[in-house]
Parts: sequence; C-alpha cells; structure tokens
Amino acid sequence: MIMDRNMESTSTSTFPVAVSCEGLTKAFGKGEARVKALRGVDMKVKNGELLMLVGPSGCGKTTLISIIAGVLRRDAGECIIFERDYDCMSEDETTLFRGKNIGFVFQAFNLIPSLTTAENVATPLIINGLKPRDAVRKARDILAEVGFDHRMMESLPTDLSGGQQQRVAIARALVHQPRLIVCDEPTSALDAETGRKVMELLQRLGRGENRALVVVTHDSRIFDFADRIAEMNDGRITQVVSSARELTTAQSKIE
Amino acid sequence: MLFGDRAKYLGIVIGLTFASLLITQQSAIFAGMMTRTFSFLSDVALPDIWVVDPQVKYIDDIRPMQDTEVMRVRGVEGVQWAVPLYKGSLAVRRTDGTYQSSVLIGLDDETLMGGPPQMLIGKLADLRRSGGVIVDINGAQGKLAHILPNGTKEPIKVGDEMEINDNRSVVVGICKVTQTFQANPVIYTTYSSATSFAPSQRLMLSFVPVKAKQGQDPHVLCRRIEKATSLRAYTRDEFKMITFLYYLKYTGMPINFLTAVALGFLVGVAISGQTFYNFTLDNLRYFGTLKAMGARNGMLLRMILLQALVVGAIGYGLGVGTASAWGMLISGRTQLAFRLPWHLLMVSAIAVLVICLSSAALSIRKVMKLEPAVVFRS
Ligand SMILES: Nc1ncnc2c1ncn2[C@@H]1O[C@H](COP(=O)(O)OP(=O)(O)OP(=O)(O)O)[C@@H](O)[C@H]1O
Ligand SMILES: [Mg+2]
Repeated sequence: MIMDRNMESTSTSTFPVAVSCEGLTKAFGKGEARVKALRGVDMKVKNGELLMLVGPSGCGKTTLISIIAGVLRRDAGECIIFERDYDCMSEDETTLFRGKNIGFVFQAFNLIPSLTTAENVATPLIINGLKPRDAVRKARDILAEVGFDHRMMESLPTDLSGGQQQRVAIARALVHQPRLIVCDEPTSALDAETGRKVMELLQRLGRGENRALVVVTHDSRIFDFADRIAEMNDGRITQVVSSARELTTAQSKIE
Repeated sequence: MLFGDRAKYLGIVIGLTFASLLITQQSAIFAGMMTRTFSFLSDVALPDIWVVDPQVKYIDDIRPMQDTEVMRVRGVEGVQWAVPLYKGSLAVRRTDGTYQSSVLIGLDDETLMGGPPQMLIGKLADLRRSGGVIVDINGAQGKLAHILPNGTKEPIKVGDEMEINDNRSVVVGICKVTQTFQANPVIYTTYSSATSFAPSQRLMLSFVPVKAKQGQDPHVLCRRIEKATSLRAYTRDEFKMITFLYYLKYTGMPINFLTAVALGFLVGVAISGQTFYNFTLDNLRYFGTLKAMGARNGMLLRMILLQALVVGAIGYGLGVGTASAWGMLISGRTQLAFRLPWHLLMVSAIAVLVICLSSAALSIRKVMKLEPAVVFRS
C-alpha cells in the first residue's frame, strides 16, 4: 500500500522530456584494444512515446540503452533521466533509482528458472520492499491482464514457450509501474507473428502518458509500433524519423 | 535459486555430508581412543591419589616398587587408607595351546579395592577362593575364548580352569570393564595370587591407590606423601592427564587424526566450494538481472548466505547423523572406540559452517563485483 502512494507521487510530477542525452561518449578497453562505442550521442525521448533504436550490429545501441537505464556509467557528455543525473548519484542511489523507475525487457527473457511465473513477476515489487505475499498478489493481477490463467502463473519459465516467456518478462517490467522501459531486441528470439503479439502487448499495457519506452531492434516488421525511429551508426545517431518509410528514403538519400 | 539446479544442489550437499561425516567420525574415534588410555583410572574410581615410582610417565608405564612402600604411605598424615595394587601383563594359555597376553590386576586381599566397575556373573568376594580369577566379558568371549576343534569359539565361563603364566587358576566370575587402549583381556585376582602367578621378581607393587581423609586437599597430601616416601604421587586427574598427554605426544595418533580431519575439511571445501561457485557462475545472468532491477548487494549477499546455510545445515545433519548411526552400529559389534560428546558436534558444526562460508565467500565476491550491464550481453 505504501508502494502505491510512492508510485503516485512519482508519476504525478510529469516531465515532457523523459530522457535527454547530449554529446554522450563511451569507450571500452585500453590502448590498442580500445573501442569507441559511443562517439557523441544526442538524443531525446519524450514522455508517452515509444522510440525505436535501429542500426547495424556493433553501432552502440546496447551501450546507449545501458547508460540510459543506469546499468553502465558514461565517459563524458550529458545524460538526464527524469531530471536526474546518474553521475550525481552514488552506486546505491543509482540501484534504488533503477528499482523504482526502470523496467527491463531482454532478448533472452532472463526469467529466473527456479521461480514460478508469478514469483518472477513479483520480483521487482519485492526488491522495492513490498511483502512477498502482496507482491505475488499484484503479480497475479497483471499476469491476468497478460492473459495467463491460474495454472500458467504457477508454472516454471522452462515450461512456457518463448512468446509466453516474453509476455511474463513484459509483465515483470511493468508490474512496479516504472517510468522508463528499455527493451533490447525483445522480438529477435521469436517468430514474426509471436513478435508482433508481444509488441501489441507492450503497446497495450506499457504505453502511458507518463512513461517512455526505448526499444532496440533489428526487426523491421515491428517498426510500425514506433512513434519515432532513431538510426545509429558507428556510435552516433545519424537520423531520427517518424516512420519506417521515411527511414528507408532518408537512408537512400544519404547514400 | 540454488534449488532449481538439482544436480548441483545434490553435489554440494554430498560434499558437505562427506566432510562433516569424516570430521565427526574421525574425531569421535580419536576421543574414544584417548579416553581409553586412562580407562583403568576411570574404572578404579575410589582413590583420590595414585602413588607410583618416580620414573613412571603414564599409567601403563609400570615400574614396580617394594611392598613395604604401602606401609610407609599409610603412615603419612591425612591418608585414610592406602592399598597395594598389582598390574602386569601375563601370558594366558588358550585351550588350543596358543598364548594370549592379558592384563592381570591384583587387588588388595583384604579390601579388594580397585575391582571391576561391573560384575556380570559371580561376586568380587569369590576372588578369595584359592586361584580364583574374574575375566572381563570381551576377553572371555573373544581373545581368551576356547577354540573348539571345528574352529568355533566358546566363551570362557565360571568354573573353567585357566593357565596364567603356567599357574593353574579357576574362573569365579565374569565382569565388564571399560575398553582399554591395547584391547587385551583383563583378568582380576587378589594381590597375593597375582604375585604367585607373576614370574618371581624382587619388586611386585605397581601402584598404591590412596584415599585422603575427609577435608584433606589431595594436592597438599600428594606433596606430603612425596616428601615422606620419595615416590611420586598424582591426583587422579593429574594421572589421567599425564597419561593422555603421553599418548598424544608419543604416538602418531594426533597426526593421523588431524590428517583425516584436514582431509575431510579440504574435500568439503573443494567439492562444495567449487560446486557452489560453479552454480553462481551459471546463474550470473540472473544475479545481473536482479541487480539491474534494483536489488542491492546486501540483498544478494543475504540470498547467497541463506542458500549456503541451508545446504550447510542439511549436509551437517546428514553427516553427523550418519556418523552417529555408524558409531552406534560399530561400537555394538566391534571394540572400536567411539565417543561423540557435544563438544565434537560443535566442532564439526563449526567446520561445516566455515566450509559453507568460505564457499559462499567466493561466490559473494563474484556477485558483488558483477556489473549489472552484463544483462544486455548475450
Ligand atoms: N563490455 C565491453 N567491452 C568491450 N567492448 C565492448 C563492450 N560492450 C560493447 N563493446 C563494443 O562496443 C561496440 C558497441 O557495442 P554494442 O553492444 O553497444 O552494439 P549493438 O549496437 O548493441 O550491437 P548488436 O546489434 O550486435 O547488439 C561494439 O564494437 C562492441 O564490441
Ligand atoms: Mg546489442
């Protein structure tokens, strides 16, 4: 119950801009092996929008969303998330911030194999201090919305299909009402139809006025779910467009 | 989370069970052996003080004294009574003609002080019959038993005759004694019979057990006896202690025992530590996911510790349970020493705890240092 009030107080204060990056850089390794993964990224994500991040392999998409989600520190530049700056937070504050404000969806689902579906979905709530019993109750509510019946809620992730697992992962990413959802290739491990269904679910449950979604994808079949598409190349954002059609034409123009 | 991986879970529990079994069992045997070194002193509970030749280093180090020493000890102020006691090793002839070395104890003819702690058949007073001896049950059924022509053993019984060092004796009773360290049969007789059985020597007296008068400090009395007789006097506990220390120092037992315990410990650390660590490595992705979702290090630490303690408790329970079951089985059937006081249970609990914590420590280190960014790497 305390949880609810917290959620409310954070979501009532709205920012038009959820994420704002400027001149963001990040490099890995030292000396010869040094790789400049981000070479000055400028990007904004608005509240209520679903932004897709596309581009060739190795161009820095995962690195960018890792920094935005607060699991990786940047080298230089600016990166403001809901008017907060990870660089001004301690490690513990960052962890706490992530727990309250960020939802994660992964290509490989990353559901904990020994926990039931309901327990998996309850995890973020338990991490945020909710009693396990209450957490599982809330988890069941959202799983019902995802279309899971009682039996499926008690099954282990390994007994579910890939599409079902990703639906559980989406429920887990949303259950604590975070303000930013980051998804890395959420449909790559799924067939086309299942991928679309997963995106529809994300669209239906995840979209909200006070929530921003950043989806990294290679999958052109789901481009139509995006409000805007940002294309990256070699550590920079090369263009931002509002539909896939523009993207292809713009790309051909550059070439 | 550990409980999802049955194979590894089993591996860790088996490792811990093995370690606690080995540690508990070995130290129980050691404890048993060590109490046997002074079992004679435990059986002869009445005297407060044991007077011996000054050269004696432990209880089985028998250096005979003159019979007259008993009188001199009796003369010391503060002594309530002092009696002669013979203890020696003599050959007993078995019915098949072979000889068995046995412990012969000769009790003061008048008081019969120092007799066996428990009579099974017959009375202690029957020793006064000429040539009468009382045999301990283990010896009677085992090493001294008659061997029949067909090879089977028939226990010695009351009324049987026995040849002790070529002297005729007759069994008048069967007793039970605390198992001795050497595990040879124990035979009781009177002091006078003992001296007639034993090969004639100038000196026969092995010990002078002494009872102090009421209110007499045994330590003070010891010093007084030593002054008056130039013999050595020990309180019972002192005598136990020097015996115990002698065995500790001059036999390989402590090393043997420590090696076995260290081995158990190391095997435990190796098996469960490695399996536990492997388990953590396998699940690093999930630890990373939890970290990304906002789980602090303290929470993950508690999780890992809880798992380590749960498997530790199960392994400990199984190990100690198996060890005690084994101990009960074995001490019923054989003469192996086995003693499991609560101190030993504590020791093996601590050992298992240390194994668990050191196993967990590696995993904890790994998880603490884990960057949550790994969650996006496949
Ligand atoms: N931890 C790391 N250590 C060293 N190099 C890294 C690390 N993470 C990323 N890189 C490098 O940084 C560059 C950008 O990687 P990133 O994973 O962000 O690309 P991506 O756009 O997500 O690629 P993909 O589409 O294949 O997932 C790559 O060259 C990669 O090899
Ligand atoms: Mg990537």
